[in-house]
Amino acid sequence: MKLDSKIPSGPLDKKWEKHIVDGKLVNPANKRKYEVIIVGSGLAGASAAATLGELGYSVKCFTFHDSPRRAHSIAAQGGINAAKNYQNDGDSVYRLFYDTIKGGDFRSREANVYRLAQVSSNIIDQCAAQGVPFAREYGGLLANRSFGGAQVSRTFYARGQTGQQLLLGAYSALSRQIGLGTVQMHNNSEMLELVVIDGEAKGIVTRNLNTGKVESHSAHAVVLATGGYGNVFNLSTYARNSNATAAWRAYRKGAAFANPCYTQIHPTCIPVSGDYQSKLTLMSESLRNDGRIWVPKKVGDKRPPAEIPEEDRDYYLERKYPSFGNLAPRDISSRSAKEVCDEGRGVGPSGLGVYLDFGDAINRLGEDAIRERYGNLFDIYKEITNESAYEVPMRIFPAVHYTMGGLWVDYNLMSNIPGLFVMGEANFSDHGANRLGASALMQGLADGYFVLPYTIPHYLADVPRDPAPPTDAPEFKQAEAEVADRTAKFLGNEGKESVKSFHKRLGKIMWDHCGMARDKAGLEEAIKLIPALREEFWENVNVPGEGAELNQSLEQAGRVADFLELGELMCRDALAREESCGGHFRVEHQYPDGEAKRDDDNFAHVAAWEFKGENQPPERHQEKLEYEEVHFATRSYK
Amino acid sequence: MNVTLRVWRQKNAETEGRFEEYEAKDLNPNMSFLEMMDVVNEDLTDKGEEPIAFAHDCREGICGTCSCMIDGKPHGPEHGVATCQTYMRSFNDGDKITVEPFRAKAFPIVKDLVSDRAAFDEIMQAGGFVSIRTGAAPDANSIPVPKEAADLAMDAAACIGCGACVAACKNASAMLFVSAKAGQLNTLPQGQPEKDKRVLNMVATMDEAGFGNCTNQYECSAACPKLISEEFIAKFNRDFTAASVRSWFAAKAL
Repeated sequence: MKLDSKIPSGPLDKKWEKHIVDGKLVNPANKRKYEVIIVGSGLAGASAAATLGELGYSVKCFTFHDSPRRAHSIAAQGGINAAKNYQNDGDSVYRLFYDTIKGGDFRSREANVYRLAQVSSNIIDQCAAQGVPFAREYGGLLANRSFGGAQVSRTFYARGQTGQQLLLGAYSALSRQIGLGTVQMHNNSEMLELVVIDGEAKGIVTRNLNTGKVESHSAHAVVLATGGYGNVFNLSTYARNSNATAAWRAYRKGAAFANPCYTQIHPTCIPVSGDYQSKLTLMSESLRNDGRIWVPKKVGDKRPPAEIPEEDRDYYLERKYPSFGNLAPRDISSRSAKEVCDEGRGVGPSGLGVYLDFGDAINRLGEDAIRERYGNLFDIYKEITNESAYEVPMRIFPAVHYTMGGLWVDYNLMSNIPGLFVMGEANFSDHGANRLGASALMQGLADGYFVLPYTIPHYLADVPRDPAPPTDAPEFKQAEAEVADRTAKFLGNEGKESVKSFHKRLGKIMWDHCGMARDKAGLEEAIKLIPALREEFWENVNVPGEGAELNQSLEQAGRVADFLELGELMCRDALAREESCGGHFRVEHQYPDGEAKRDDDNFAHVAAWEFKGENQPPERHQEKLEYEEVHFATRSYK
Repeated sequence: MNVTLRVWRQKNAETEGRFEEYEAKDLNPNMSFLEMMDVVNEDLTDKGEEPIAFAHDCREGICGTCSCMIDGKPHGPEHGVATCQTYMRSFNDGDKITVEPFRAKAFPIVKDLVSDRAAFDEIMQAGGFVSIRTGAAPDANSIPVPKEAADLAMDAAACIGCGACVAACKNASAMLFVSAKAGQLNTLPQGQPEKDKRVLNMVATMDEAGFGNCTNQYECSAACPKLISEEFIAKFNRDFTAASVRSWFAAKAL
């Protein structure tokens, strides 16, 4: 497999500009002859569908939700980064770029990250013009706040609902194009197969979730914007229905899957309270602007927090990382929380929690100021825990939140299958081994509004302007048959155990062996346990109901079946990467003070995995990370 | 705690529905309502029966997917939360809880507790946007927006599009939804050029979709999980009247 990143030549700050100038164009009158399928309607999918529709392409957009507005981008709370330097605090494109590369522990692609920082400003302009109600100062200009991993204030926000407002902005642009007829929207449609004809991506097979109808759709190019795969852990901050099926089906058709072991465990989530729990809820990182994180100094100190005096508290992030303090990046903050809990200093009934305390900020600024900044987050916390964080410190614990890995793409966001593009969280390219807060929204919208619309013509310009392949071509019929077979197999299986139960069991294996800290023995065990669980799943899963109607058990069965394969790949990737970097922490590879120890000589590369057939070990390929501008440095937030 | 559920079961849009009763036992009061439904569904699955279909996704009150009518109230007994943010501690041990889908002519039932809210998307397509071409935007700080206007727009924009307002209304009116979206955009300078067209087109589409008229009783606002104020309806009515009058005097082609 040849992995050509197609990074343009020339100085870093001129690459993107040069690439646009050198790129091919499609004549306005010819654009409508090209059909483009976009799967997903989150920030990346909706913004790309709206922009390509507006440019004149014939766009078909698919979502498994009942409306594009429900995509899980909507749940992002804190904000979106942009190098506007509106605060006059020394921000610049270069600084945003460098913070992102450093935050990613020098495992992302330099040219992609620089481009992301370059277009970040355009995103804010675009969204403000759409009527996104960003927070403003009294003079009417935009307000900013700080986020982890940065020492400037460059995060734009809309209360604690930034993702919602940005998604609704993209959804409004998409709705306009649907109304104008340039985008054909398919709601309740889940992609279950990718169709590759003569080596190029030419369509998808979907199942209508309300009617069960299996349909083929053809196009000149297919774009996946289907999000991340964190639900492989079962409990996560993802929506219950977020899944990896579209990406996984593409992988099985030959698309390389890059860095699957890079998962982000977010430090500030509400702790697990019981076995029935269906999901974990994030408390935005923005809370770390004013909240101080601590645990008791003494092991087993069970006094209520108010009774623990200052001298008995350990503000461990401030102690270990004095210059970044409570705003240390996510991977470091999460791991530190795990360490103190492992030492027996965790708080709350389970001992798996740390305090996030607003007492000082309330004394300094008053309760009203805190309510103004974080009121809705405090409300969410109260709803779930029945406790007021104005009175007692919040209890938080890390939870799976984001996946940096994803389908491999080149600088044009095209995978190794020509005609298959991948955007947003579903691709791997911009966040390296750890994503900084407020960068996911930035990447999703950058890809959809400002990158793909410039790069997709490079590919389409060389595609003959003939109609897209007919959907009765044998490749489509075969893919439909595969979907039908799988459905029949699930429904005809007279098993005894529910899909949910298998999902929980997989999640436990993943969390125990491929979570915040990983080691060789644990990963090797997981690589034995997962295939065994997969076999048991196919023999004993119980999927009630019928195929030709809304059947949520059937939907989940297909998704969990794919997670059962992906989980194994994640463990293989984690095992092969004999170093610690960002969210991937191998206990064998650490400095004496417990910090992650990278191995730049042997692992400064992207690992891209190739599917080699059912139950065959996949093949690991490498794309070397060439840094022209930045020098590898040990990441320090001390 | 234990409760009895009286749940609406309906195979699809064509068949008739009915209530069925289920026992939900050994519940933890800190379970969410939907987690309780998960437990009931696991039991049904294990017994070889078909689980209850219900709409859900983010489970943190922001995606707007969940939509249960609980004891006659959209999203249940608590104020200002979605179904997924309703916890079992809001009920008493031994309660009998009636669970239905959101019902309205414009929201046909798909199955059990799931109804089809595509009509909201159609209203959005008619005018819920600012026509701004990607890449054509001026610098974000070139148009200052007074903080009060930005805050008011954000109050309106908090709408999650769940449809509780419609389900709560005896007329199944969509006025709170429509007025929230139009209220957001009409409050901001960016939304001014298309203001009149927006309100006229959104109202026409709302009427076509089969939503009823607003008679100003404000059950919508009381049931709204985001507590969108009924004052947006008043503002919308003013905008609509002004737009209707202006459209009479609008310049016409000669």
